[in-house]
Amino acid sequence: MTSSTRPLLPKFVGERIKRREDPRLIQGLGTYVDDLKPAGLLHVAFKRSDIAHGEIRRLDTAAAEAMPGVERVVAGPELAEIVGSIPVATAYPAPEHFPLAVHRVRHVGEPVALVVASDRYSARDAADAIVIEYDELPAVVDAETAEQNDTLVHEGFANNIAVRAALGTGVDPETQQPVDDSAIESAFASADVVVSQRMVNQRLAPTPIEPRGVVAHYEPGREYLTIWSSTQNPHLLRTRIAQALDLGEHQVRAVAPEVGGGFGCKISTYGEEHAVAAVSKLLGQPVKWIEDRSEAFVATSHGRDMIGTVDIAATRGGDITALRLRLVADMGAYEMLISALLPTFTAALVGGVYNIPIVRSEITQVFTNKTPTDAYRGAGRPESQYFLERAVDMLARELEMDPAELRRRNFFQPDEFPVTTVAGGGLITYDSGDYERTLEVALKTAGWNELIAERDAARAEGRLVGVGLSYYVEVCGAGPSFLIPMGGWEHASVTVERGGKITATTGSSPHGQGHETTFSQMLADHFGVPMEDIAIVHGDTAIVKQGIGTWGSRSQAVGGTVLMLAAEKVSEKMRRFAAAMMAPEEVAPDGLVFAGGEIVTNDSPAIARGFAEVADFAHVPVPLPVGLSPGLSEEAFWEPEGVTYPFGCHISMIEIDRETGEPRLLKMVAVDDCGNVINPLIVDGQIHGGLAQGIGQAMFEELVYDDQGQPVSASFLEYVMPRATDLPRFELERTVTPTPLNPMGAKGVGEAGTIGSTPCVVNAAVDALAPLGVRHVDMPLKPERLWRLIGNGGGA
Amino acid sequence: MIPNEFEYRRAASVEEAIAFLSEGAGEATLLAGGHSLIPLMKLRLSEPGILVDISRIPELRGIERQGDTITIGAATTHAELARSALLLAEAPIVAEAAAEIGDAQVRNRGTIGGSLAHSDPAADLPAVMVALDAQFTLAGPQGLRTVAAEDFFLEVLTVDLADGEILTAVDFQAARSAAYAKLVQRASRFALVGVAVSLSIEGARCASARVAVTGASSHAQRLRAVEAALVGATLPAAAAEATETAGDELDFVNVDLHGSAEYRRAMVAVFARRAVEAAAARA
Repeated sequence: MTSSTRPLLPKFVGERIKRREDPRLIQGLGTYVDDLKPAGLLHVAFKRSDIAHGEIRRLDTAAAEAMPGVERVVAGPELAEIVGSIPVATAYPAPEHFPLAVHRVRHVGEPVALVVASDRYSARDAADAIVIEYDELPAVVDAETAEQNDTLVHEGFANNIAVRAALGTGVDPETQQPVDDSAIESAFASADVVVSQRMVNQRLAPTPIEPRGVVAHYEPGREYLTIWSSTQNPHLLRTRIAQALDLGEHQVRAVAPEVGGGFGCKISTYGEEHAVAAVSKLLGQPVKWIEDRSEAFVATSHGRDMIGTVDIAATRGGDITALRLRLVADMGAYEMLISALLPTFTAALVGGVYNIPIVRSEITQVFTNKTPTDAYRGAGRPESQYFLERAVDMLARELEMDPAELRRRNFFQPDEFPVTTVAGGGLITYDSGDYERTLEVALKTAGWNELIAERDAARAEGRLVGVGLSYYVEVCGAGPSFLIPMGGWEHASVTVERGGKITATTGSSPHGQGHETTFSQMLADHFGVPMEDIAIVHGDTAIVKQGIGTWGSRSQAVGGTVLMLAAEKVSEKMRRFAAAMMAPEEVAPDGLVFAGGEIVTNDSPAIARGFAEVADFAHVPVPLPVGLSPGLSEEAFWEPEGVTYPFGCHISMIEIDRETGEPRLLKMVAVDDCGNVINPLIVDGQIHGGLAQGIGQAMFEELVYDDQGQPVSASFLEYVMPRATDLPRFELERTVTPTPLNPMGAKGVGEAGTIGSTPCVVNAAVDALAPLGVRHVDMPLKPERLWRLIGNGGGA
Repeated sequence: MIPNEFEYRRAASVEEAIAFLSEGAGEATLLAGGHSLIPLMKLRLSEPGILVDISRIPELRGIERQGDTITIGAATTHAELARSALLLAEAPIVAEAAAEIGDAQVRNRGTIGGSLAHSDPAADLPAVMVALDAQFTLAGPQGLRTVAAEDFFLEVLTVDLADGEILTAVDFQAARSAAYAKLVQRASRFALVGVAVSLSIEGARCASARVAVTGASSHAQRLRAVEAALVGATLPAAAAEATETAGDELDFVNVDLHGSAEYRRAMVAVFARRAVEAAAARA
């Protein structure tokens, strides 16, 4: 069957293709956890602590148990017997963390008991009827003085210290402790210029639009548990729930249906997931819990909350000679899955894109009576680049040097890659970079000189206008396994079905990233078929055999690579079936190509077999070609040799109302380099969302606690989310520096916008206030704070 | 986010609503747009036993003019105020204040009567109504009565509304030289400070002025010292001087993480001046 007029499909990779997921999500046709209503479903409500710290003196559940519809009330000790403590994935010692508090509560929002009832309303009414009396303890609230606090959050952790570690110059990488201070001390002692600043990287709430939720269904007859959860990594959930309930992984199916955002707060498995699964097993019935927004603000992990004191040393000519970061990280009351690693990420990247010969970070992680902190979009990188890029900006001001020129002088040069950094203590090797090129594109895109002129003209009118620039490097594409406690690989399978449609699975379970679009673009090109002939299946461990998940901007670099490895295995086999079908012509399978829905020779005239025809033959191969087995389904595991390091340069302009202190962002330019791009539209979308969140931290968001450990901004009435009307039109450009670490040369982009924009906007705000003598302002850019810096009231 | 159990009754007329309220005897609460009440119920901060829905009573909706008097039905939504050609021409202060309330969803559901009767200390419309010297019509078991806006707002979330009474309409005189200036609380979009100003200007001088503030105090109230300073002043030249100490006459100033008392006092002066300037520019 030859064809002379083969329809050529357009190439999909590299095109701005709209997300395949969106029509169903926008029309409300997606299925989220709360949409699941298995027969016999019971509902859980949690009774949570309303104090920050206290011993539980009395817990009376009698009234709750007597209420209509209530099936069961469970308190901490009973549940702890069943599921034990929730483990962390890090090597540092961690305190016990029970799904329901046992004897003592350590933060507002900590679950103390749960009610299972016939409906959500009865469950909530009964939870309200549980009586708890506490012997209140003083709350440890301030992270910087937690070490000296007489109150201990955990008895086993003296001085409230979770981890004390160091990285970089003069540090023993094995023990992570400083052994030699001479180099760093002499570098600062002999420096022409030293700039020092304490900076607060404030606590944030991740606030995905869909809060957490769980449905668990244990079937006693099959001894089989299915758990649906709004999670970023169902396979990890399966492992941990199986362990908690003393089941094998063959007895547990975990499903992430549509997930309405995660931003890192849905990486960990939470006590509520353990508790709901345990209760379903206890009762042998399906059980649901849906987090409400009030709970999400206090019970879902928070992000950031690090205080950094940075010292930066340089020559008068602008060569940065040393950098020191002293970091206090507020862990909150417990450690989540990878909390203890995040300050290490911050330290490891604090040298940024600069060739600084001496870099030292000293980390103190402390426990406080607040909600635990964990990954939040960027997870350690935004903090590091904020501390660094603020310090570099302050140095430029001190040296009276153009901030772009200071950065340019200190960049690692393109021919130096791969670069093993001092800040990373030998653990960090940047894969590729051309930092100056991206800087130049950013300056050109923003019109740097014109912006400065515009700023100066505004200043001459008495307006407070500032221009800010920041650079960043971050880390994506996590693997190999020695770096990642959960495993640094990914899994995929590709099946060409009868009829020639394709089902692929990915272990990288998305929660808004557009995997179905991106991955089907890649497969469509690979097999020469339309995108709509391809289904990308994810999130269900019964279908997706293995996986790690979606976090750390790893899906394209790791999940995309392994998908193509599986695809290559299938296409290789398919070529051999096609060659057999072309007999008696003697065709070498390796010479066959996939194009336009056919498998064809490169000869002229070409010999072709339809893609669907070959797929059908592979499933009923008569006769079976020698050396082939039936079927077209292959899978692959793969882990990269190392992580990727995207980078970029952001520029912004801001105006501050002199009378009110209100900031208004006038311009935001982002030039990001994430290596090769599969779908520019999706990449732009990731940058847009990231910028909004990064600007959110710079200008608006802050979780505030009072001195009793009560959260005072734990609702959308008080917690300031950025809105579309707060943001200027984003101006995006891209440079492309591929990574050598995967065949696609893609680095990752999910968090980049959040990392670059925050210091950029604060740099702009400080520039606006610089004529008034202001050197630094802590985030967020609250109007009253700026108003005081402008010289009103009693000062800041 | 899960309210307590409650009964729901939809009233077809004001009479029926009053009857439902009377039957409910203290248990019943009016539901109009619901954008203050329902969040409070979901947080279980408010636990009414009966909700009497007055949002679909035709006689409570609409914006009308008779002579120089403008009447707004209590169940008229903020969105309807914001886009009303009549208000934009004859009392633009009302439309502009309504346009700055919350977000589009809130404006599409929230009502003027609900906002006034709820009397959130940071709500926008109470200050506007005080500045316009609006008269509120209240219907109750004993019939109708009228209260001046200035006397209606009593305390935090407390107004002159007896059990069984419903705010049915507000009236005020057309007021073109009136303006509202607001510093937004950035999370809720309520007023951190809002100042409403209504002027009459003869020649270049201010003949009379009513100035009201919200956000800084327990409830919307007049700034009489500013009013006195404005009368006879040449505007906008004297606006700054007349409003310089506007915040000083507030005896109670709200404090939260968005603004200290000192900041709010200072902002009262800033936004009083801006409102005076905007109102004068409309003269």
